[in-house]
Amino acid sequence: MTVATPPDIQSAAPRLQPSGWIRYFSFSVDHKVIGLQYLVCGFAFYLVGGALAGAIRTELASPVSDFMARDVYNQVLTLHGTVMIFLWIVPVVNGAFGNYLIPFYVGARDMAFPRLNAVAFWLIPPAGLMLISSYFLTGAAQSGWTAYPPLSITTPAAGQIIWILSVLLLGGSSIFGGINFIATILKLRRPGLKLMQLPMYCWAMLGTSILVVLSTPVLAGTLVLLSFDIVAHTGFFNPGMGGNVVVYQHLFWFYSHPAVYIMVLPAFGLVSEILPVHARKPLFGYVTMVYSIMAIVGLGLIVWAHHMFTSGTPPWMRLFFTIATAFIAVPTGIKFFNWLATLWGGRINLNSAMLFSCGFIVNFVLGGITGVALAQVPFDIHVHDTYFVVAHFHYIVFGGSVFVVFASVYHWYPKFTGRMLNEGLGRFHCALTFIGFNLCFGPQHWLGLNGMPRRVAEYDPQFTLINQISSVGALLMAVSTLPFLWNVVQSAFSGRIAGDNPWNALTPEWLTSSPPPVENWVGEAPLVEEPYGYGVPIDQLDLAAASGRDLWSSGK
Amino acid sequence: MTSTLTRTGDDARDDHNHEEHGDHRMFGLATFLVADAMTFAGFFAAYLTFKAVNPLPEGAIFELELPLPILNTVLLLVSSATFHKAGQAIRQGDHGRCRRWLLISAALGIAFLASQMLEYFTLPFGLADNLYASTFYAATGFHGLHVTLGALMILIVWWQARPEGGRVTAENHFPLEAAELYWHFVDGIWVVLFVILYLL
Ligand code: HEM
Ligand SMILES: [Cu+2]
Repeated sequence: MTVATPPDIQSAAPRLQPSGWIRYFSFSVDHKVIGLQYLVCGFAFYLVGGALAGAIRTELASPVSDFMARDVYNQVLTLHGTVMIFLWIVPVVNGAFGNYLIPFYVGARDMAFPRLNAVAFWLIPPAGLMLISSYFLTGAAQSGWTAYPPLSITTPAAGQIIWILSVLLLGGSSIFGGINFIATILKLRRPGLKLMQLPMYCWAMLGTSILVVLSTPVLAGTLVLLSFDIVAHTGFFNPGMGGNVVVYQHLFWFYSHPAVYIMVLPAFGLVSEILPVHARKPLFGYVTMVYSIMAIVGLGLIVWAHHMFTSGTPPWMRLFFTIATAFIAVPTGIKFFNWLATLWGGRINLNSAMLFSCGFIVNFVLGGITGVALAQVPFDIHVHDTYFVVAHFHYIVFGGSVFVVFASVYHWYPKFTGRMLNEGLGRFHCALTFIGFNLCFGPQHWLGLNGMPRRVAEYDPQFTLINQISSVGALLMAVSTLPFLWNVVQSAFSGRIAGDNPWNALTPEWLTSSPPPVENWVGEAPLVEEPYGYGVPIDQLDLAAASGRDLWSSGK
Repeated sequence: MTSTLTRTGDDARDDHNHEEHGDHRMFGLATFLVADAMTFAGFFAAYLTFKAVNPLPEGAIFELELPLPILNTVLLLVSSATFHKAGQAIRQGDHGRCRRWLLISAALGIAFLASQMLEYFTLPFGLADNLYASTFYAATGFHGLHVTLGALMILIVWWQARPEGGRVTAENHFPLEAAELYWHFVDGIWVVLFVILYLL
């Protein structure tokens, strides 16, 4: 290798791309611009979804339906779930960080199909606006994010149809993104970079994209059939016309169980990047991590009916899906222990990124435990469709994925903007979020175990106190967003200058300026063979080996 | 310190500019077709489950005749072969022969659509008559949409393969290759559909 190659000026391809801030509103094909577009757009929808959650918790602070009418509650609930899943988590853990990081990680200057990439992003804002405006124009859909018939057929049609159209657009966006990630990871790798040298987030995105490509189309087809039931009065899922609602559930969950992994596998990948950097240790068990991801992908496709144990599923089906679901806990557990082992004995820097990652590990394991419990039929029959399920998946989706999104923002913000975030505010944000989150969703386990059904605006007055505690937690979470917002806005102007590599990290995105130049590197892309080579004593360094390892020790 | 730590390349690469390289595009298309196939898989799974657990009510009609669909199958299979011929011709640089085969393929595709229409109009049941009928129309309709798109693509490729100034040449024939892969895919789906809807 050569150190200090003279920057060979690339013949800058003349492209008609705006520069400056305006590019973030343009049809840019730069993967970094698109990544940030996903991130900011997703965050805007997160604020909308959060306001809706606030409305839900306000309503549930009292046992009667006083804050909003019942059918408004149903609309708010449906919008909340749909916005959070399809407009915030999925686009952000996949689209935002995937687009920003994957080309760096494979040593490419952009994604395999940059234009398709821009198209995929630009499907999202119109779909989201359409969905939200349906509330004001026609009344939004009322049948929850699952849109189960016959409810979705009998509730007002206009809102449901807009919901379907918007989810179809978002699904299309997701499929285009998935195709792009698969092609980029498999086909655009820099020469000399082997698959087993890729940073773990690449594996997570490869696995996720396989799930996206295999399962999202099934949801699309199903929703088209559902829309026929609504507008053309066919009877696919309409029992009144000889149709079969359980078929809808099978098709829906064939997508939507994998979808929970589409929301959480990329988060696994991101944590696997963050932990080694701030613990100054190699990622523990790289190879087992890779196989675990692929095992989760395979098993994730054959466990969907654990959502349908009370839908008249025959005993053999219950048995099969219970066992298959329990098996998923094995690769998931492997990953969990690998993260712990990565931290074990490390020189841990308890900064905001690390604190949020640790919060993720704690919350995720709690959600995983309730998940395994829910997979047991005798238990699930009691708590299905109660607040226990709500608690379970919020521990995973919020306590897991959203915590990781925040950890990632704290970790990569210096790369995005060239400036550091304020650590004090960051830790404050983390503490508030962690307390608020557990206060909000922890008690919901109890509510569910005692029989409070989910998705209903009213409840038995005996649950009032616990619901009020939960609502206080929600308020704390809402407040916790303020220091974060202030931090990201203020630091963009006056944060400390970050430099190229403030964390002394080894993965390739740090081996360039912050923010990076348009085609990622001036000169050749670096070949990082050991993205996690932290903590090697200086005298054991092979200076001829081209890994970022020497970079770290020279930086210390 | 960091921005200078780079490694000179073992070889010059050209795939890091923003060109969408041909090979990757075919790979991307193939990935998309996997996704597309999953949509059909969903429809077929629904149909088979309906058949297994939802008997038709008294008096509901769901009867299919075989002659037209068999003709359709033949039309599509032959069109796959003629498209293949067109691909061979362009690789040898024979634009005229290529375009003739393309036109024949498009004609076969359109004949398929016409014959499908004929079948629709002669069937004794309508879209919303019963569960099987609805699923039948959804699956064949979705497939017909694919054939329509495919036929359009063939015509576009036919235009692009003109001897003077077209995009499709002996050296560079990505549009033709893509349309051909897509067309074979649509034919393959038809065979599965034919077996499931008409034979089972
Ligand atoms: C350790 C692995 C997991 C297991 C064994 C598991 C198991 C289950 C089961 C059995 C249910 C159905 C409960 C019911 O409706 O009665 C459920 C619901 C749910 N899970 Fe999990 N889960 C796991 C991980 C996850 C992950 C990683 C996510 C998301 C990222 C997730 C999100 C959800 C959601 C959203 C629901 C509720 C869906 C609804 O009805 O609206 N789960 N889980
Ligand atoms: Cu599931």
